[in-house]
Amino acid sequence: MGVIAMKPFAALLDALVLTPSRNAKLRLIVDYIAATPDPDRGYAIAAITRDLDIPSVKPAMIRALVEARVDPVLFGYSYDFVGDLAETVSLIWPAEEERPSPSPLRGGSMRSVGVGVSDGEEPPPGSAHLRDPHRPPLKGEVKNADLPLATIVETLQISSRSDGPRLVERWLDALDPPGRYALLKLITGGMRIGVSSRLVKQALADFGGKDVTEIEELWHGLAIPYTNLFAWLDGTGPKPESAAAAPFRPVMLANPADTEDLARYDPADYCAEWKWDGIRVQATAEKGVARIYSRTGDDISRSFPDLLAAMDFEGSIDGELLVGHFEDGAIRPGTFGDLQQRLNRKTVSAKQQAKFPAFVRAYDLLQEGGDDLRPLPFETRRARLEAFVATLPADRFDLSPLVPFKIWEEVAAKRNAPPAPIIEGLMLKRRDSIYVPGRPKGPWFKFKRDPFLIDAVLMYAQRGHGKRSSFYSDYTFGVWTGEADDPALVPVGKAYFGFTDEELKQIDKFVRDNTVERFGPVRSVRAEPDHGLVLEVAFEGLNRSTRHKSGVAMRFPRISRLRWDKPPFEADRLETLEAMLD
Amino acid sequence: MKPDKLLHPTDKGLYCPPGDFFIDPVKPVDRALITHGHADHARAGHAHVMATRETLDIMGIRYGENFAGATQEATLGKAVTINGVTVSFHPAGHVLGSAQIAVEAGGTRIVASGDYKRRADPTCAGFEVVPCDVFITEATFGLPVFIHPDDGGEIARLLDSVARFPERAHLVGAYALGKAQRVIALIRKAGYAETIFIHGAMEKLCTYYRRQGIDLGPLAPATIDKGARDQFAGKIIVGPPSAFADKWARRFPDPVACFASGWMRVRQRAKQRGVELPLILSDHSDWDELTQTIRDTGASEVWVTHGREEALVRWCELSQIRAKPLNLVGYEDEAE
Repeated sequence: MGVIAMKPFAALLDALVLTPSRNAKLRLIVDYIAATPDPDRGYAIAAITRDLDIPSVKPAMIRALVEARVDPVLFGYSYDFVGDLAETVSLIWPAEEERPSPSPLRGGSMRSVGVGVSDGEEPPPGSAHLRDPHRPPLKGEVKNADLPLATIVETLQISSRSDGPRLVERWLDALDPPGRYALLKLITGGMRIGVSSRLVKQALADFGGKDVTEIEELWHGLAIPYTNLFAWLDGTGPKPESAAAAPFRPVMLANPADTEDLARYDPADYCAEWKWDGIRVQATAEKGVARIYSRTGDDISRSFPDLLAAMDFEGSIDGELLVGHFEDGAIRPGTFGDLQQRLNRKTVSAKQQAKFPAFVRAYDLLQEGGDDLRPLPFETRRARLEAFVATLPADRFDLSPLVPFKIWEEVAAKRNAPPAPIIEGLMLKRRDSIYVPGRPKGPWFKFKRDPFLIDAVLMYAQRGHGKRSSFYSDYTFGVWTGEADDPALVPVGKAYFGFTDEELKQIDKFVRDNTVERFGPVRSVRAEPDHGLVLEVAFEGLNRSTRHKSGVAMRFPRISRLRWDKPPFEADRLETLEAMLD
Repeated sequence: MKPDKLLHPTDKGLYCPPGDFFIDPVKPVDRALITHGHADHARAGHAHVMATRETLDIMGIRYGENFAGATQEATLGKAVTINGVTVSFHPAGHVLGSAQIAVEAGGTRIVASGDYKRRADPTCAGFEVVPCDVFITEATFGLPVFIHPDDGGEIARLLDSVARFPERAHLVGAYALGKAQRVIALIRKAGYAETIFIHGAMEKLCTYYRRQGIDLGPLAPATIDKGARDQFAGKIIVGPPSAFADKWARRFPDPVACFASGWMRVRQRAKQRGVELPLILSDHSDWDELTQTIRDTGASEVWVTHGREEALVRWCELSQIRAKPLNLVGYEDEAE
């Protein structure tokens, strides 16, 4: 064996799966990039960011390959247990070197997957058959020990749908289990290794000593395996030109502010607008190419075909993606719960598109025709935006209105009394601010509404991960429901931050001293009207939920205070939460 | 005799009506034959217990000297008769003292293997194949994805990590009876001679293993000296997995969480447990060992207990061996 080029990639994937810390993950990726030559590192990166697509290989085909060798029932039991196709196949694959042999047990040399094949027994149905050792070579087959990622990817990309499976089969035979896992992840995507494409871009930036926004800006114009990007990052080539139509433009973000911070600035220098609670997007259409980007530059166009179809313009809009219906000449935004029906979906049914139509509430205009507006002051861009949006379909694009004010106190009051529940506060933008990537201090502020607060009772605690693995640090809390003289707790949320290290120790001690039952890493704790721990929980909003017994789901819940002083029976009731639902 | 007249499951455990005894009963009974000292197989409170010397000793260490009304030592390979039923104990290779129990009457022999493994273990006698009509097998790792790699390779990964991160403590989770001593013995075999630190819960069993002539090298309790927080940097500490979730674990600087278990073969399992360095080391048979052993015994019928019964039963069907799951309650998955 010894398939050298696959080994470092396999080791990288294994390490990423088991490393909880973000910084350690970044270091692993940077080290891999530094140690791996082109074009292998580019293919590895593309696989992790899920940008790599190999049309001749599909998961169903991998499954067919393994089921030709292993009893499908045993494969099914194994897949149920392991839960990941690539991992199951990598572990169960009966490679040729590991075929059953009459030799004794040691060294894991015998393999009998679903079959009793040694010593001349007839293999039962569904068993593997040894392949002909004199088989003719396949086009593109790699003969020996060295199997670079580039060979795999480039060979498969020119392979037919019938040759693809046969190549994969032979590579699976040549690799050990971690190598098989890496091969399958490389060619099928679906990594499940806890690495976002944002993290990969950060690692690329770290590796080359660049700002991550530069990578984001270039990303969609780059071609796999990114050889010109790496040349630039290595310092041996120029910065790649952003050649793609409708590229991503790194977004400008705001710093949080409170009344005290704002007192240092002149209110006359700022405009205010509502901070809509959807997802921040960039809707860009240029030269016949339309794309919707998330604020980290991921292309999310596929989730919003309805919106994409309405993007018949030349320019780039910065705005908030929401769902809502066009009625009486205006769009009425739905709730965040409605928006969730459209998120994280690869395909969206016509029914969902009709029930929850997507639209953009525009904040800013970055590009109009051939003009880059980003160097212009906000007020100028705003005027151009207003004129621009007026030309767009009114059911898919509208303006985020400006909120007039004179003094900061007015802003402070307004942010807590928004005209719609899908508003999470106010944005303040300096009238003369140019549009720059990142989060500069001063030009833009977000002034969020005060969080909602309730008093809830701790019901379950779960052990944390990494540094917190010896602490019960994830808390499920509930509020009272039922008759006043015989109340019961119903869980309403889960939180795992908001407390100090010292408070964590105190809660951990309470959990250990008051455990009622254990279920694996979870403990239920005493939560009775006269005995228990009351947590003040802060959250940003509340949705209806059919998945939760309580019928409500909190957004961004966190522990704001420990109420050791408060008896549990004084904690809030479910009715209080229900009243907060819009 | 029909096999299920000789042995059949009851709510107290596997019962032999003609011999009037139980094997590994989960509730107190009059007469118990016990395969090995793990808590789900060896319980206190039986009137009469028959087991190997080591298993009796281990029960004494865990439950106190009065763990049973009376005890009888079983000599490996020597047959005794209980109410007309012939009984013999044979090494199972699982942990120190572990045995398979062969039960024979009216020309039918059933082997209850308890928990077993086939590969070499420096801390206990190796498994012996006992030909039989009915073989009762565990199925803890009864899925074809479970193939335990070579022990030496796993220990080498641990020692590599210790060398690579001299500033971090390596916390190895290992079940207190058997796994812990095997891990330590394997580390010694790999040439590591430094003191290994152990959790208090393992002290008595390690002492017992040493008295049985098993070389564990220098051991010391993992207690912390005042003002010496970094005393465990670069060291290996072995403790029961449950202690890792305990306040005990907080004394170690930036620990590398290792876990010695057959479950570590599956990445997502390791990840769920927060394990950074999974060590695939099991005292149970892997899939190949299970299926090979079934063949080796020549049994015409197989009864499958605790674990993934359905897959092993399926394999037997494909191999034209009669098999059924034996629904015994009270045994845990590998309690690691």
